[in-house]
Amino acid sequence: MSNQPLLNIEHLRLSFFTPAGEVKALNDVSFQLEQGDVLGIVGESGSGKSVTAYSIMGLTAYPGRIVGGEIHFNGHEIHKMTEKEMRSIRGKEVSIIFQDPMTSLNPVYTIGNQICEVIRLHTNKTKEQAHARAVELLSLVGINEPERRLKQYPHELSGGMRQRVMIAIALACEPKLLIADEPTTALDVTIQAQILELMMELKKKIGMSIIMITHDLGVVSNMCDKIAVMYAGKIVEYGTADDIFYNPQHEYTRGLLTSIPKLNATEHERLVPIEGQPVDLLNPPAGCPFAPRCKSCMKICLREMPPYTHFSEDHYSACWLTQKKEFEARKGGDRT
Amino acid sequence: MGKFIIKRVLSAIVTIFLVATITFFLMFLVPGGPFLSEKAPSAETLAALEAKYGLDQPVPVQYVNYMERLIHGDLGTSLKKRGLEVNDIIATGFPVSAKVGGIAIAGAVLIGVPLGSVAALNRGKPLDNIIMVVATCGIAVPSFVMATVLMVTFGVQLGWLPTMGLSGPLSYIMPCIALAFYPTAYISRLMRSSMLDVLGQDYMRTARAKGLSQFVMLFKHALRNAILPVVTYLGPLLAYTLTGSFVIEKIFTIPGLGSEFIGSITSRDYPLIMGTTIFLAFLIIMMNVIVDIVYKLIDPRIKLK
Repeated sequence: MSNQPLLNIEHLRLSFFTPAGEVKALNDVSFQLEQGDVLGIVGESGSGKSVTAYSIMGLTAYPGRIVGGEIHFNGHEIHKMTEKEMRSIRGKEVSIIFQDPMTSLNPVYTIGNQICEVIRLHTNKTKEQAHARAVELLSLVGINEPERRLKQYPHELSGGMRQRVMIAIALACEPKLLIADEPTTALDVTIQAQILELMMELKKKIGMSIIMITHDLGVVSNMCDKIAVMYAGKIVEYGTADDIFYNPQHEYTRGLLTSIPKLNATEHERLVPIEGQPVDLLNPPAGCPFAPRCKSCMKICLREMPPYTHFSEDHYSACWLTQKKEFEARKGGDRT
Repeated sequence: MGKFIIKRVLSAIVTIFLVATITFFLMFLVPGGPFLSEKAPSAETLAALEAKYGLDQPVPVQYVNYMERLIHGDLGTSLKKRGLEVNDIIATGFPVSAKVGGIAIAGAVLIGVPLGSVAALNRGKPLDNIIMVVATCGIAVPSFVMATVLMVTFGVQLGWLPTMGLSGPLSYIMPCIALAFYPTAYISRLMRSSMLDVLGQDYMRTARAKGLSQFVMLFKHALRNAILPVVTYLGPLLAYTLTGSFVIEKIFTIPGLGSEFIGSITSRDYPLIMGTTIFLAFLIIMMNVIVDIVYKLIDPRIKLK
């Protein structure tokens, strides 16, 4: 147990069974997350980053279903658990913060009601104890006058405040893992920084792991220990923040990096977008899903899925180019 | 809250005044009169009758006289039901209609809300389809067809239920069902669509992520939000149903207010037309105020102005 990672996802496959056919949202996703680590999952819309995170909580909505692979979390075999069993760990061992704090709180109940609800559900605390804990949580997430706020309704709070409340709800039972699904996308920039800072601070205090889902590479760069780059339901590159930012190996990762605006860019320097459309997951291609948009696409890329090439213990990517380079390097090494 | 009620009372007075005025003048635009029937009375009798009830005066004068009495709460005397005060007609008819209507609406809510919710939860499955087909029928079939079918089946063929009057608890069954059928169907459709909307909301996902049971999610988080459109619909529905349905009351011979309402118009019973119309307007206004207050209690975002 002690040397097991907190979260271990192995060869996870998940499909949405729609009337149009099977949409393969996740295609052989594997990664580990150690206790106390922060993993960033980046990728464009529809790349499967949210679905990956939701599958850990069993929140992938109908008609989504796990069709293969395993999820081990904190001693639980998530892929085998029933809805009822899942309920006992949701909000307790693993919590989530959603993208839009404006709509994620129920408008007809007070903040206090919504925080105490989760505390009383997962602990044996009395009403008074739960209330005290709620006050404590609100001060923890940096909300002034917690007693007064608890009596307020979501519409009386600003977006940043509401996201703080969502964080308070998520942290109510001191989860082992916090999933943050684009927690700052809906907030304005100054509030974004505050929320991210708060999350890092709380991580240190509580010692939980975080999975940060985002399409903002700036967010992950200074927060995450590891980064997984997803494309078409697959992790195409995985590595430390340094690996990804200074030594990207996959063409898609490179494309993402060149499409971020830089502050120190000269006036004439243009942003380079990634051309083309994301792949249709209803009919995924046989080869590398990124091949149709890749500048360095080779014949094999269209035919066969590339295996992972490992550059170091935690840096790997799935690309035929790196396979080729490695092969040539090995061949060259043999000759000498 | 206090300010809101004062405001609404003031606007209610203005509304009732306008309703009374418009009804009064419209009423006199309609040809015919209360004393003209198949056997027309002689000119002298007619003149005497009109003089007795003040109908010989010019309409504006009659209007002023009527309004004066209205302010004192006197709705006048019926022209056709000799000697009966309109106030008394309403006082005896309304409780009868309200009882039948009240039971019907209570039933409609108690059946329609769960039915719509169940349909929403089973969206696209056979159960949803069955409920929606029945609900569509309920909206499409007029109440008089429903009432007649019920009457022929349970009253005449099987002889289980009385077909006339309100003599005992059994006699309420058919009129209430006939009256409740449409609102039940309407409420379940309303509930289904608002429930579907609520179930897709982000806060429901939050509720699920908290680890709440299906029961708590549905009854605590979804129902309170989803019921708002039903509450809105209930306001006018209550007013119209409590004052009685002409059709149902005629078919089942129920001595309610609904038959007085329509009957007064065909017989040109001027004071009764005015009385029932003003009463209905008053009831609608009151129900709307109640709906607004209930709305506020359910959804704290609503501001009562």
